[in-house]
Amino acid sequence: MPETSALLETRALTKHFRIGGMRGHNLHAVDNLSLSIGEREIVALVGESGSGKSTVARLLAMVYRPTSGEIVFRGRPLGDLRSRRDVLGYRSEVPMVFQDPFSSLNPSHTIGHVMGRGLKLHRRELGRKERDAEAEHVLESVGLVPARQVLGKYPYEMSGGQRQRIGFAQALSYRPKLILADEPVSMLDVSIRVGLLNVMARLRDEQGVSLLYITHDIASARYVSDRVLVMYGGHLVEQGPSEEVLHDPVHPYTKLLLSAVPDPRARIAISSADIGEPPRVVDPGEGCRFRRRCPVAQEICSHVTPMLVECAPGRAAACHVTAPTGATRTQPTGATRTQPGMPPTSTQAHVEPARPAPGA
Amino acid sequence: MADAILEVHGLSVEYLTRREPAHAVDNVSVDLAPGEFLGIVGESGCGKSTLLFAIAQLLSPPAEISGGEVLFKGKNMVQMTERQLRTVRWKDYSVVMQSAMNALNPVKSIAAQFADAMRAHGTRSKSDIAARSREVLALVGIDPVHLSSFPHQLSGGMRQRAMIAMALLFSPELILMDEPTSALDVVAQRSLMVQIKELQRELGFAIIFVTHDMSLVSHFSDRLVVMYAGQVAELGPTREVFDAPMHPYTSGLLDAFPSIYGPKVHLDGIPGSPPDLGALPSGCRFNPRCSRSTAACSTTVPELYEVGGRTVRCLLHAPERSDAVAGLREGSRPMTVEAGSDA
Repeated sequence: MPETSALLETRALTKHFRIGGMRGHNLHAVDNLSLSIGEREIVALVGESGSGKSTVARLLAMVYRPTSGEIVFRGRPLGDLRSRRDVLGYRSEVPMVFQDPFSSLNPSHTIGHVMGRGLKLHRRELGRKERDAEAEHVLESVGLVPARQVLGKYPYEMSGGQRQRIGFAQALSYRPKLILADEPVSMLDVSIRVGLLNVMARLRDEQGVSLLYITHDIASARYVSDRVLVMYGGHLVEQGPSEEVLHDPVHPYTKLLLSAVPDPRARIAISSADIGEPPRVVDPGEGCRFRRRCPVAQEICSHVTPMLVECAPGRAAACHVTAPTGATRTQPTGATRTQPGMPPTSTQAHVEPARPAPGA
Repeated sequence: MADAILEVHGLSVEYLTRREPAHAVDNVSVDLAPGEFLGIVGESGCGKSTLLFAIAQLLSPPAEISGGEVLFKGKNMVQMTERQLRTVRWKDYSVVMQSAMNALNPVKSIAAQFADAMRAHGTRSKSDIAARSREVLALVGIDPVHLSSFPHQLSGGMRQRAMIAMALLFSPELILMDEPTSALDVVAQRSLMVQIKELQRELGFAIIFVTHDMSLVSHFSDRLVVMYAGQVAELGPTREVFDAPMHPYTSGLLDAFPSIYGPKVHLDGIPGSPPDLGALPSGCRFNPRCSRSTAACSTTVPELYEVGGRTVRCLLHAPERSDAVAGLREGSRPMTVEAGSDA
């Protein structure tokens, strides 16, 4: 599909929160973030606690209004959505799946009731019988069988993994284009996480849905996503096709994230000086927000905010040291070719999504 | 083990429900040498936390110990009175809970909470309390100025560190940890694990570490207990268990999470969910979910078999079927289907 048809884009999206009363401060949750999500694409948004990744999800879900910048869905800025019907329409096309399957389902209603209410609101054209049929259909799509039986159950009768599948089934029943999944597996046991990740991949492959998968687990991001965006302290610090970013990370923070993944197959000596403290984003001022933890920080990092620079086709990073402006980085792996004639983008430009070509 | 600091013999815990009592922990035996790091892994509901609480004598109704003993430095803690336990608890062994946000008192400063614990164990001098509090906080890498902080002013990682500092107040010989890192993200988690290991090296206490994430302890624990449905499924040196898992459940756990290394492969996890402890399947408790189960598995209850310094509860390793062992080892890490990763 043509790369220009981004399903959803954000342009210099910014969200600041006022905190601390009269002599207040600004908490910069998301700063100047430009991302795009294509059709049939799973994009992973990776970062640690406090990186602003959940704020992005809430901005995209219209829970928060952006401080500045805009969100464009299928060519239409969200700011243009005025009527309740428009907003509801957007929410059924871009539903959200929440982190905690134990608190996101009403314990006093059956699954059938909960699913039916969503369908009544978002799919008004359906009659009662059609709603039941649709609910069964989507439950089967997420692997909950026998669906009829599941509809009669209460949340407490289901395991965490099953409840989270309900979340995806609900989202799916609205005929979505893009599902926002905020840490959908982090509350689940490791042994059942992968089942849910497979559900996400199946939604993309069989239903043509795009997903924004928000997580701090970069290994699961690799497993399920086509592209990965790495956030730190409200900034997008690196993005690109998942395999390329993980095999050859450019930003020091991406490297740190990768080195922290527990993996019994890695026989490396354990050492880590980094204590994993969240970045300071209250009145942060200029400069790279990762500089206090960065092993390669230089003088420039403390007073100039690095811009996202294209460092290979489809890849970009924001770092003065490892992705300096004006020098297109060559790929040691040879997986992607750098084009010598192409000048690197020097502004915080929106970088077009580049799905790896089939069979590449 | 003669010099073990902790010996658990045939420990069973029942939850008294209106129906049949549920055996959350069923006849578990394990020992711990001084300074050892023992990992206990398993899915939610496998009884790993209940086992930890039973060892710590912290169970409350409807759970109660229905059999077995817990010998801590040779004394059976199961038979101790609450008064006797109070002298041992926190001084000789301490517990780090899963959720620091809930375990710390939100309306008291860190210093006040440390002082509470110290006064409860007979330290009266204010200067002693202050000095020791500063000392343990520095041990876990927190600036002692945070003694006057309240829990909400600390990050998740710092709160967990403060909990560990509190557990270190009396330099105990054993610290029981119940998923202390599960609320943290990967970077903070790794850093906390490294720090726990360093403190252990420095101070020499033994650790029992409960987690559902097997990979987390892979580089830290000396021995590993894999629990399933209240029982020990496999027990052995960590590296050996990871390199050649014997129990199909252990293999399943190992293959359940994606790796950042090697080719991208399709994973399936472990199908189904752990059994209801009130209605256990006949034969092997894992057999309905097991990819290698045979007809015998649903009729014969497997015991714990000793195989080369490890114990495993699986019929494939029963002595009379030792020919099957080689077969399982070969097939223990089933070939996973190559997904169209680059398509």
